[in-house]
Amino acid sequence: MKRRDIFKGAALVAGLAVATGAQAQDETYTIGVAIPSATHGFMGGLNFHARDTIERLEATYPNIEFVLATAGDAAKMVNDVEDMVATRGIDALVVLPFESEPLTSPVQAVAEQGIWVTVVDRGLTVEGIEDLYVAGDNSGFGQLAGEYFVDNLDEGDNIVVFRGIPTTIDNERVDAFTAALDGSGINILDMQHGNWNRDDSFTVMQDFLSRFDDIDAVWASDDDMAIGVLAAIEQADRQDEMWVVGGAGMKEIIGRIRDGDPQLPANVSYPPAQISTAIELTALGLVSDTPVSGRFIIGSQLITPENAEQFYFEDSPF
Amino acid sequence: MTDATTTTLPRRKRLNLNVLGPLLAMVALIIIGAMLNLSFLSPENLTNVAARSAFIGIIAVGMTFVITAGGIDLSVGAMAAFVAGVMIMVMNALVPVMGAGVPLVLVGMAVALVVGIAAGLLNGVLISKVGIEAFIVTLGTMGIYRSLVTWLADGGTLSLDFALRGVYRPVYYDGILGLSWPIIVFAIVAIIGELAMRHTAFGRHCAAIGANEQVATYSAVKVARVRMATYALLGMLVGLATIMYVPRLGSASGNTGVLWELEAIAAVIIGGTVLKGGFGRVWGTVVGVLILSLIGNILNLASIVSPYLNGAIQGVIVILAVVLQRESKSAK
Repeated sequence: MKRRDIFKGAALVAGLAVATGAQAQDETYTIGVAIPSATHGFMGGLNFHARDTIERLEATYPNIEFVLATAGDAAKMVNDVEDMVATRGIDALVVLPFESEPLTSPVQAVAEQGIWVTVVDRGLTVEGIEDLYVAGDNSGFGQLAGEYFVDNLDEGDNIVVFRGIPTTIDNERVDAFTAALDGSGINILDMQHGNWNRDDSFTVMQDFLSRFDDIDAVWASDDDMAIGVLAAIEQADRQDEMWVVGGAGMKEIIGRIRDGDPQLPANVSYPPAQISTAIELTALGLVSDTPVSGRFIIGSQLITPENAEQFYFEDSPF
Repeated sequence: MTDATTTTLPRRKRLNLNVLGPLLAMVALIIIGAMLNLSFLSPENLTNVAARSAFIGIIAVGMTFVITAGGIDLSVGAMAAFVAGVMIMVMNALVPVMGAGVPLVLVGMAVALVVGIAAGLLNGVLISKVGIEAFIVTLGTMGIYRSLVTWLADGGTLSLDFALRGVYRPVYYDGILGLSWPIIVFAIVAIIGELAMRHTAFGRHCAAIGANEQVATYSAVKVARVRMATYALLGMLVGLATIMYVPRLGSASGNTGVLWELEAIAAVIIGGTVLKGGFGRVWGTVVGVLILSLIGNILNLASIVSPYLNGAIQGVIVILAVVLQRESKSAK
């Protein structure tokens, strides 16, 4: 808060100083950033990267001011966005919609006032509202994991699959994964929902282990679920039989991949830092003539012991 | 009260049906499970189910007393997450001072019990002394504890110190005679709870308050104190459940214990305790908890229906179990 006020003061002084000189060059901008609050690991990481990026950009561009608002539900996010326009006079809005449906028309209203709109991760239900769309690649996420399984398993090997909370995101990932496995001869013994939750996945894995004598690998599809899965495997003392691939790049898991844990050979990224990409591009578009409109899909990457170091963020909570 | 003599006989018959209801449901589930998958009856699977029931089970025993006394507590799931978070932070902070050993684990356990009792007392004081509806008080504290643990974890996950995890781990995974500690603790809590409900003044006072608060007051029952004690007891049992929970995965987050309160309440009602209060049955609660765990276990083992429908099947069985009891009750 304090830092922001300092910059406000600095901006004012700068504004006064240039009032007589070349005004066009030192125009000040305000960027509003609206994101969901940190209720679970991935959003915690996203909040961390948003704050981190804003701090850095405020130092880089003294003429840009940021307004960050986190919301615990869609209604609060709508209020936040309306307040930003009404009281802060924002020039650009970066928003990760809490839910697509309720945010669509408020964001549309913002866009109609000529304010630049960047939408992150979850699309709006009406196309063409946003100037810039930044998101992770859910199909790529599933496909990359699937290809890793095909490359590292033999025909006739058995795997079990953990799904997240039933959503479009989960469907896209799982569909791409099963498509990648098509024709490889790898058997999917069963798929169950671990709900992106450690406890649920622990329980489901315990039951998979009682049910199946031969499991060669597990696609946990998320690192929180991978933690639960690993604990259940350890309890059953079957660590040597199978390996586990999670997803999204949680710090603890990436650390273990980097250290060459045989149970965790790989991971697929789905970076919470995509919010940084969105904020950076929006700022760049405001201060320069760089064209930044369109769609920016951040490809998922395969994380292996060789490149794990560059996906490890020491200070991030995720 | 006055027509006690006329209802004695039918009540005995009725009680039998009523008592057998949840037990029959459990036996039916076990038979179905065994038919669907042979590994269902393996010792590992049965101990897994019993051990994972222990958290909800220990809490549900306390919930039985709260509901019997005419109350409700919606905050237990969030409270468990909060207690787990505080416990992990205290233990991690003390590692440099005390070293990762058994004494520190004992300190952590003490912290869990103290925080649990304090949280329960807070609910109890607001309900019985300040006189706010239990539903509203615990709805409020549910939100408070849930946000506090998210805040403590900075939106991420609190993880127990790695060395400490090794020391603490046996509390969930080891045991004696093939029974892991959570099962043993759950059994002890259930037996003490059953005895307390049936054979102590405290148990009778809970039922009296739940049945008719005014009559209880006139009968010299210290209503406020007993009511407060039920919430404090529940808080302590939440602490105890957390002591069993933390060594399992060694972490706590804003996701921990979500919906535990509803599972505990459902187990209590399936077991035959009356939601309006006045009558409680601790062993019935134990059966209720096992029924809930068995349903989840069987669905995982069999995968006969789409996993999207797991929640629906659980819901149907919960309602059926209660409907059967009501049927037998109204069939006077």
